[in-house]
Amino acid sequence: MNSSSTLRTMRPVLIFALIGVIFMFTAPYVLQLFTIINLTTAIALAVLALSLALVWGYGGILCFGQVAFFGLGAYAYTISAINFGGSTWAILVAILVASAFAALLGYFMFFGRVSDVYLGVITLTVTLIFFSLIRRTSGPEYKIGNALLGGFNGITSPPLNLPWNTGSFLFPEQVFYVAMAALILCYVFCGWLVTTHFGRVCVGIRENELRAELLGYDSRLYKLGIFTIAAGIAAIGGVLFCNGVGRITPDVFNLYNAALTIIWVIVGGRGTLIGPIAATFGLFYLTSALGGQTIFNNNLVLGIILIFFVLIVPKGIAPTIIDWYEARRKPKKRGRRRGSRRRMREGADA
Amino acid sequence: MSRRRDRRPVIVETRGLSMHFGGVRAVDQVDFTLYDNELRCLIGPNGAGKSTFFKCLTGQLVPTAGEIKIRGDETTGSEPHEVAGLGVGIKTQVPNVFDGLSVEENIWLSARRWHGARRASSLTTETVERLRLGDIRRDIVGRLAHGQRQWVELGMVVAAEPWLVLLDEPAAGMTHEETARTAELIREINERAAIIVVEHDMQFIRMISQQVTLFHEGRILMEDTMEAISADKRAREVYLGSQA
Ligand SMILES: Nc1ncnc2c1ncn2[C@@H]1O[C@H](COP(=O)(O)OP(=O)(O)OP(=O)(O)O)[C@@H](O)[C@H]1O
Ligand SMILES: [Mg+2]
Repeated sequence: MNSSSTLRTMRPVLIFALIGVIFMFTAPYVLQLFTIINLTTAIALAVLALSLALVWGYGGILCFGQVAFFGLGAYAYTISAINFGGSTWAILVAILVASAFAALLGYFMFFGRVSDVYLGVITLTVTLIFFSLIRRTSGPEYKIGNALLGGFNGITSPPLNLPWNTGSFLFPEQVFYVAMAALILCYVFCGWLVTTHFGRVCVGIRENELRAELLGYDSRLYKLGIFTIAAGIAAIGGVLFCNGVGRITPDVFNLYNAALTIIWVIVGGRGTLIGPIAATFGLFYLTSALGGQTIFNNNLVLGIILIFFVLIVPKGIAPTIIDWYEARRKPKKRGRRRGSRRRMREGADA
Repeated sequence: MSRRRDRRPVIVETRGLSMHFGGVRAVDQVDFTLYDNELRCLIGPNGAGKSTFFKCLTGQLVPTAGEIKIRGDETTGSEPHEVAGLGVGIKTQVPNVFDGLSVEENIWLSARRWHGARRASSLTTETVERLRLGDIRRDIVGRLAHGQRQWVELGMVVAAEPWLVLLDEPAAGMTHEETARTAELIREINERAAIIVVEHDMQFIRMISQQVTLFHEGRILMEDTMEAISADKRAREVYLGSQA
């Protein structure tokens, strides 16, 4: 694919990125500080959703424990920031730790040719193992360098600082800028990745693994690659999360959060990137709004939304909108050429 | 005739190849040789073991016993991507295509495996034209008719420019005209590649055939020209009687 056609297929991605940039620079002037701080947490979760949108929606790998890499990133960041006395290298460590762990886990799963169902089970189990292991680390003997793990109370995360000055911490608005910029960059990166040869082979493997193999692609390597990359992105989300909240606790690894990540992608739509991001923001605000009242149970509402989507809008929001849009456009062009005019899925969406 | 053949380089060779599923001897002690530039048809009744033999060659099944060599490389127990990576183009009996992707994307993924971005694009365009898929090149493959899906799969095989081509029932579900075009395409491919074709359609085999191998109950019953096999009494009994 040459550069001009890459730009063409990436146009929707760049448009959404631009909208994100505009939002990033206007929000702090329009919204209250409290909302901005809340938004930072939502952005962190959106990065997590994006990572699952990539690995599940494009790679076809249903990772039920994407939140494990998110939590691992948050812990790795917090522990190394405490030890380094600065955040810059800690971010890098967080990404590396999560990716390396994913590469190791993925190696056994993909090269062991574990079936899709077991892959979900294994990744979820690993997440829950982290949950119960870290919960038990309350004693003073559980420390890595200077960082006490703190058991179920978790650890206070050092805030981000300027790369050239470990003494100057970022204010909440500045953390918001960093988070938004990270989300936009990760989004554009994923949007680009799926237009590359690597990304298109991953989509091919999602569609038909045997065919990809019969064309001479080693599907195991591609799956391992996209799994590892997605874990690194999830870790970036984790770093933002513990900065937004101010601490990290083992609850990040619980079943609720693992399931929530899946729900974002189902609601937003597999096979798109913007859908799950949008769904994360939507559901985040819905649950905060519900949190302020006592009439409806929060989980009940989430459950109803999930059932609604699985039964009524099984493709999720974004693909449904794309289909609707394409269907509206189609009749105009029908006269010229016969056959369905639908563009390839991954080219048409964002 | 056989002496002339023997001097050509061997492309595929199996020795004592067996594939057993529990008590079922789907492929049993098969010694098979394919020479360079050859176009070989495999025929045989349903359940004779043709597809199983194919799956052993392509790495989809690991044989119970015996060995396989492709152009001198031992490939027994290789993964499908390793076999394909040698330059072998494969079409399976049940069409294996990327259902959710466009016709062009299917073919591009094949071309790009072997070529840089620029050449892959032009090769995709060439292949689409060559297989006359131009009208439907942007259509989602999953929504095409069975015959068209077969062509897309053939397109993927062609776009990889393989030197060995394995086709399992390439004309199944095709109209008469489509079948004739497939036969023509197979002869074209044969100018550059050795081919093994499994087929039931006798007319199709007569269109393309040189040497024919007749499978029966997991073994090779006969190997000869179509005329000789048609004339053979045993062959007629196990297979042709019901077909031709
Ligand atoms: N995975 C399997 N497990 C058990 N038995 C199998 C398996 N695959 C094939 N067989 C059996 O092996 C025998 C050969 O099957 P195969 O598909 O190779 O026949 P074929 O010659 O391709 O037939 P057809 O012309 O119908 O395609 C059959 O008896 C079949 O039932
Ligand atoms: Mg068969």
